[in-house]
Amino acid sequence: MSQPSISKSMTIGESGLALVFAVTAFLCVVASAKALDAPFAFHAALGAAASAAAVFCIINRYFDRPAALPPAEINGRPNYNMGPIKFSSFMAMFWGIAGFLVGLIIASELAWPALNFDLPWIQFGRLRPLHTSAVIFAFGGNVLIATSFYVVQKSCRVRLAGELAPWFVVLGYNFFILIAGTGYLLGVTQGKEYAEPEWYSDLWLTIVWVVYLLVFLVTVIKRQEPHIFVANWFFLAFIVTIAVLHLGNNLPLPVSVFGSKSYVAWGGIQDAMFQWWYGHNAVGFFLTAGFLAIMYYFIPKRAERPIYSYRLSIIHFWALIFLYIWAGPHHLHYTALPDWTQTLGMTFSVMLWMPSWGGMINGLMTLSGAWDKLRTDPVLRMLVVSVAFYGMSTFEGPMMSIKVVNSLSHYTDWTIGHVHSGALGWVGFVSFGALYCLVPWAWNRKGLYSLKLVNWHFWIATLGIVLYISAMWVSGILQGLMWRAYTSLGFLEYSFIETVEAMHPFYIIRAAGGALFLIGSLIMAYNLWMTVRVGEQEVQMPVALQPAE
Amino acid sequence: MKAILTLDNLASGLVTTIWTPVFVVIFLAIIAYAFWPRNKATFDEAARLPLREE
Repeated sequence: MSQPSISKSMTIGESGLALVFAVTAFLCVVASAKALDAPFAFHAALGAAASAAAVFCIINRYFDRPAALPPAEINGRPNYNMGPIKFSSFMAMFWGIAGFLVGLIIASELAWPALNFDLPWIQFGRLRPLHTSAVIFAFGGNVLIATSFYVVQKSCRVRLAGELAPWFVVLGYNFFILIAGTGYLLGVTQGKEYAEPEWYSDLWLTIVWVVYLLVFLVTVIKRQEPHIFVANWFFLAFIVTIAVLHLGNNLPLPVSVFGSKSYVAWGGIQDAMFQWWYGHNAVGFFLTAGFLAIMYYFIPKRAERPIYSYRLSIIHFWALIFLYIWAGPHHLHYTALPDWTQTLGMTFSVMLWMPSWGGMINGLMTLSGAWDKLRTDPVLRMLVVSVAFYGMSTFEGPMMSIKVVNSLSHYTDWTIGHVHSGALGWVGFVSFGALYCLVPWAWNRKGLYSLKLVNWHFWIATLGIVLYISAMWVSGILQGLMWRAYTSLGFLEYSFIETVEAMHPFYIIRAAGGALFLIGSLIMAYNLWMTVRVGEQEVQMPVALQPAE
Repeated sequence: MKAILTLDNLASGLVTTIWTPVFVVIFLAIIAYAFWPRNKATFDEAARLPLREE
C-alpha cells in the first residue's frame, strides 16, 4: 500500500529563519565596511560569514530532509532529539581542553613572567578572561545545554520542542563564545569580571538565551509526565536567572553602533554592586543551580538508587533561590559599599551554608545502599567526589565571606584556591561524570570504551586538584599575613615585591596541578572519542518480527 | 532629623519592607507543601523518576 504522499514545503520556521539570517548577513557586511575599529570589522565579517552559512545550512537541510517532520513518537516511545546534545557534548570537551590549556599557560606566566614574550595578545590580562570564559561559559555552558536538553526530554518523556530552535541555541551559543574569546585576544572587553564580552556579543547572547528558555519551557509544558522533576526546576532557575543577570549587568551605551567600545549606563559603587550581584549569582545559578540539576538526575541514574529525600530536594531548591541572590556584596567588603550592605551580604552568605549542605547530603546519601559501587564504577566515584568538593567549597565560601576572615583572604591567592576547589572539584568533576554518562547514552553505545582510563583520569585529576588548591591555600594565607605584618615601629614589614617572591614556589606547584588536570581531560577526550568510534551499538529494542507471509 | 512622611516615602518604605514577611510566608508554604502527608506518594515516585527506563 502506498502512503498518502505529503507535499514537501518549507516550514514557517525554516523560511523565516533563513530570511532573518540573510538580512543579518547583509547588515553584518555593512557594519564590517563601516567599522570604526579593526576588531569590530573582524567580528562583523565573522557574523556575515556565519549568517550566510546558516542560510545555506537551513536550505540544504530542507532539501535533504523527508517531506514529513520527525515524528514525536516512534513505536510508542518518544522520539528523543539527540543531535544538538551530541554537538554540545563535543563542544564541551573541545572548549574544556582549550580552557584548561589556557589556564596552564597563564599559571606558567605567573610563575615565569617571561613566557608572555612581550606579545600583547598573550598577556596575562587578555588570556585570563579567555581562560575563565572558556572554562565557565564555553565548557560549563555546553555541558549545561547538553545535559538540560537530555534531562528535560527524558524526565518529561517528550521530544525536545522545535526542530531548528535547539540547533539555533547550540550553534548560536558557540558562536557567541567565538566572538567573545577572539575579542579578548584583540583587546575588546567591558572590563567586568565574567561579563567581559562587549555590547554586540551581549545582544547576540540575549537572543540565543531567550530561544534556549523557550525551547526548555515549551518542552516542559508539553510533557507527558504529570510531575515536573526537580532537576528541571534547577535548570529553569539557571536559565531564567542568567537571563536576568545578563540583562541587568550589561546595560552599556556603545560609543557608536559601528564600534566595539561601550560605556556602562551607571558608574561608581552602583556599577560595582551590580557587577557583584551579577558575578556571585553567576556562581550561584550558572555554576551551582545548573550543575545541581545534573547531580539530581545523573547520580540516581548512575547509582540506580532513588533520590535520598525528594522533600529535601524541594526545600533545597527554594532555600537556595531565596538566599543566593543576596550574597553578592561579600565581594566588596571594606570598599565604598555601605557597611550595612556588606553585613547583609555576609549574613546571607553564611545562611547559604544550610541549603548548600542540605543539597550535598541529599546527593551523597542517594548512594545509601550502593556505596560498594564507588569501588567498581569510577564514573560514579567522579560524580560523588564532585559533591564532596561542593560541600567543601560551600563551607569555605561562607567562612571567607565573614568580614574578619575576608580581611585576611581578600585579594590573595586563597580566593583563587577557593574558586578552583569549586571549579575543578565540583563543576569539573560533575561535568566529567555527566559527559561519561551522556556520551554513551546519546550515541546509543553499550558503555564507555574503557573504565580503566576513567580511573586514570580520576586519580590524575584529583592529584592535580589537591596540588592546586593546597598550593593556593598556603600561598594565599602567607600572602595575606605578609601584607598585614608590621614592624615594632609601625612600618610595613615586607615590600610588595617580597610577597611576590614568596609566591614563586607555590605558583610552580599550581601550574603542575593544572598540567595534571589537563592531562586527565586529554585522557577523557580520547576515551569518549573511542566510545563513539568503536563502542558497541546498544540494541535499542527487540526488532519487530517479520510478519508471516 | 525627622524623616518627612510623604506618599513617596511611605510607598517605597512599604515596598522595601514588605517582601521580608511575604517571602517568609511563601517559604513556610513551600515547606508545608514538601511535608504534606498526601504529597508523599507523588514525591516517592518522583524520586525514582531517573531510574525508570522509558
